[in-house]
Amino acid sequence: MFYRENGQYKTTYGADQQMLPILQDRIFMAVLLLFAFIGVPLLASDYLLLSILVPFLILALAATGLNLLVGYCGQISVGHAAFMAVGAYSAYNIVLRVPQLNFLVVLVLAGLIAAAVGMLFGIPSLRIKGLYLAVATLAAQFFMDWTFARVKWFTNYASSGSVSTATIDLFGWRVDTPARKYLFLLAVVTVFTLMAKNLVRGHLGRAWMAMRDMDVAAEVIGIRPVYAKLTAFAVSSFYVGVAGALWGFVHLGSWEPLAFDINLSFTLLFMIIIGGMGSILGSFFGALFIVALPILLNQVPAMLGLPLATATKSHLEVMIFGSLIIFFLIAEPNGLARLWAIGKEKLRLWPFPH
Amino acid sequence: MKQHIGIVSVGVLLLAGLVAPLATGAGTPGFYTEVLLGGLMAGVLYSLVALGIVLIFKASGVFNFAQGAMVLFAALSVARMAEAMPLWAAALLGMGIMVLVAIVIERLVLRPLVNQDGVVLLMATLGVSYFMDGFGQTVWGSDIYSIELGIAKEPVMILEGVFQGGILINKDDVAAALVAALLVALLALFFQKTSTGRALRAVADDHQAAQSIGIPLNRIWVIVWSVAGVVALVAGMVWGAKLGVQFSISQVALKALPVVILGGFTSVPGAIIGGLIIGVGEKMAEVFLAPVLVKTFDLAGGGIENWFAYVLALLFLLVRPQGLFGEKLIDRV
Amino acid sequence: MSDAQGAGDVILAVEGVTLSFGGVRALNEVSFDVREHEVRSIIGPNGAGKSSMLNVINGVYHPQQGTIRLRMDGALREFHDMDPHEVALSGIARTFQNLALFKGMSVLDNIMTGRNLRMHTNLLLQALRIGPAAREEIEHREAVELIIDFLEIQAYRKTPVGRLPYGLQKRVDLGRALAMEPSVLLLDEPMAGMNVEEKQDMCRFILDVNDQMGTTIVLIEHDMGVVMDISDRVVVLDYGRKIGDGTPEEVRGNQAVIDAYLGVSH
Repeated sequence: MFYRENGQYKTTYGADQQMLPILQDRIFMAVLLLFAFIGVPLLASDYLLLSILVPFLILALAATGLNLLVGYCGQISVGHAAFMAVGAYSAYNIVLRVPQLNFLVVLVLAGLIAAAVGMLFGIPSLRIKGLYLAVATLAAQFFMDWTFARVKWFTNYASSGSVSTATIDLFGWRVDTPARKYLFLLAVVTVFTLMAKNLVRGHLGRAWMAMRDMDVAAEVIGIRPVYAKLTAFAVSSFYVGVAGALWGFVHLGSWEPLAFDINLSFTLLFMIIIGGMGSILGSFFGALFIVALPILLNQVPAMLGLPLATATKSHLEVMIFGSLIIFFLIAEPNGLARLWAIGKEKLRLWPFPH
Repeated sequence: MKQHIGIVSVGVLLLAGLVAPLATGAGTPGFYTEVLLGGLMAGVLYSLVALGIVLIFKASGVFNFAQGAMVLFAALSVARMAEAMPLWAAALLGMGIMVLVAIVIERLVLRPLVNQDGVVLLMATLGVSYFMDGFGQTVWGSDIYSIELGIAKEPVMILEGVFQGGILINKDDVAAALVAALLVALLALFFQKTSTGRALRAVADDHQAAQSIGIPLNRIWVIVWSVAGVVALVAGMVWGAKLGVQFSISQVALKALPVVILGGFTSVPGAIIGGLIIGVGEKMAEVFLAPVLVKTFDLAGGGIENWFAYVLALLFLLVRPQGLFGEKLIDRV
Repeated sequence: MSDAQGAGDVILAVEGVTLSFGGVRALNEVSFDVREHEVRSIIGPNGAGKSSMLNVINGVYHPQQGTIRLRMDGALREFHDMDPHEVALSGIARTFQNLALFKGMSVLDNIMTGRNLRMHTNLLLQALRIGPAAREEIEHREAVELIIDFLEIQAYRKTPVGRLPYGLQKRVDLGRALAMEPSVLLLDEPMAGMNVEEKQDMCRFILDVNDQMGTTIVLIEHDMGVVMDISDRVVVLDYGRKIGDGTPEEVRGNQAVIDAYLGVSH
């Protein structure tokens, strides 16, 4: 009853093109953000912050990046963890070699380096698509895995090949407590999500979607495939690179070679399939799902008095991922985000069925 | 014409890489031949996995990312069942299981997704692969198991008269190569001589035309996935006998992707030759090129065989996207 | 129909174009020209090479022989191997035979893509959506709204195109091409599969575009009634060769054309 757009007339195209054209949505978003910035840090336990919210926020950012490429531009990648690795190792080396640089600058630089590498591996997309492109991205995955494991300079000649990071210091504000980590990530992710949302509703986003839906027609109406595809690779890798740097510095703290292996790439892909391809919101749903499922598998059977063995749990987890992917591809290719949209539509019309 | 220049130059590059170790004296002829044979053996295994992928792609247009998971699943089934029965019985039962798997996949995955985009199907088989990995290990366990084919493991020395020191070769490797050759011959017979095989080829050529002359598409899919399942079983047994049955089989099978890129998605001979090229190429690169790289760039070890196949496939894609034996497609508007 | 306006100078010329796929000749030394403001139709039986002709003009296919000349800055210039993006820049727009709309996007977004050629704000400005980026978006939205009004599809603005009935999708396809503000509009069977009413609507839109905006139209169509009715000049293709060229009356009386349509063997 309260969720209505009746009477909210748009008198300018500007008002009609807002991100959230319905007033109730804007209020909901404002309340949600307020709660996330003020309520959560006050109320949440360290466990909730560190084990759920921190990985959730970073993975949501990475999934958003992958979604820009796969969901919006229609170019498959099964090697996106490689660009997370590029971001993480770039940030590590920049901090190591230019310690006085502000971490926000480091983050942007790491993203830019990842974008450059992503564009390089995106060049084959100009000639090939689909399965063939999957191979190009697999090449990126295995080549970058190898590079960071074998080229000693990247790990500062550490004998074990693992690296560890210092605490982030932002103008004297140290990102050390769980609540601070969460707040820092929340701020970064909010800004990047807004920018992603803006990009996909601007002309670049339309060019990406046009390439995805019908590439020849897109070319004929004047969209350059080179530009559309390479910007998609660049922006996507930038996001994923930033997420990789955050994953390394905020979530892991220190990491070993192969922390960004192909399984992480697959996980990113699962997040956007389950959450919803071509939906920024879906990236968040997918990330939440991926973070929450192992915890649910841990807690729920235990509460029912049927604790599972560790091996069984991990097997069950991949089985659930596998079947959910198939389920969503068949039943709801637009994932949880589409279910959310249907729910909203129902609410808008409620109590009438149509 | 331009395409020919590209493919010739890649070929020349590969050949140069192949003869370089001999020319520069990096390896003695005997050692060199051993490496070459080792590469060919690894290549046979890649070929077997790629073969399953090509069969499925030809008949249903699906790139089966789960072929590796099927190899693991089949090998696990045989290895565990062989603990309680003779190997031949376990293998037969394993074939039955793979047919069952094919039926389930056709019912639950392929049929609902018919006519979907190739990338969607690829992601669906990625889901299948995760499910099968989890399911197989839940049912059969996740340790390392062995399959005993009853062939002596110890290497024998051959050609002692030809090379100084002779060449060490494993009998089970030779057996594997023979099995692979036999399998390919059987498949060729099956496709050429049986009516089911002809129907399969018709479907591969044109789905709609095949359907319109009354070839039941769903049954064909089950048959093809079953055949691919049996191929996976053979690959799994050969592989498992050599290296033990373990989870990594499923991941190594990712190498089949560059193999089919090289050979062409629709070509059975392409899968075989592509597998051999990749097998030999990465072994040569690892043994002869990696030490040079490690020395020059002060690396923390070699391991370039992890990416060699993919980068080779990537280069190949740029000069000849349809693969060695694949068909060229023209975009229509 | 548009005689009153009078055809102008040659704006697009196809000269000796030959296109083969493998051994198959889709087009064989085809030449014709298009004059400014006219409605120029290309007709012919199925497989005559009509769509291939449009694909050559669009730069999707590159012919083995022959040239395309386009009028740019007042002079007719020769172009070789132009890619589709350059062709679009030179003012040629196109609709498609088998609906090539962007299925995942709304009607509004589909038509907005037609403006992409004219939108230039950089990536960062778009991401922040400040100043020029926001202004540009609104400016082009206004232009698109005029097209939406013209095509009478106001009610479907935010509907995903996939959900629209076929006839309306054809209109969106036209709208997307119009958004490019082309000087030449290539229409590939805009009325195929439509009922009589829908055809009448589409005819009206095409003639209005030709009349009001002065856009030159190149039309492929199977409905001979429509072709003879609205064309100024007609080219007839058969098996990749040009077998007739002239006003509708001339073409109607051409023996080769009659044979082709009645299936007389060569």
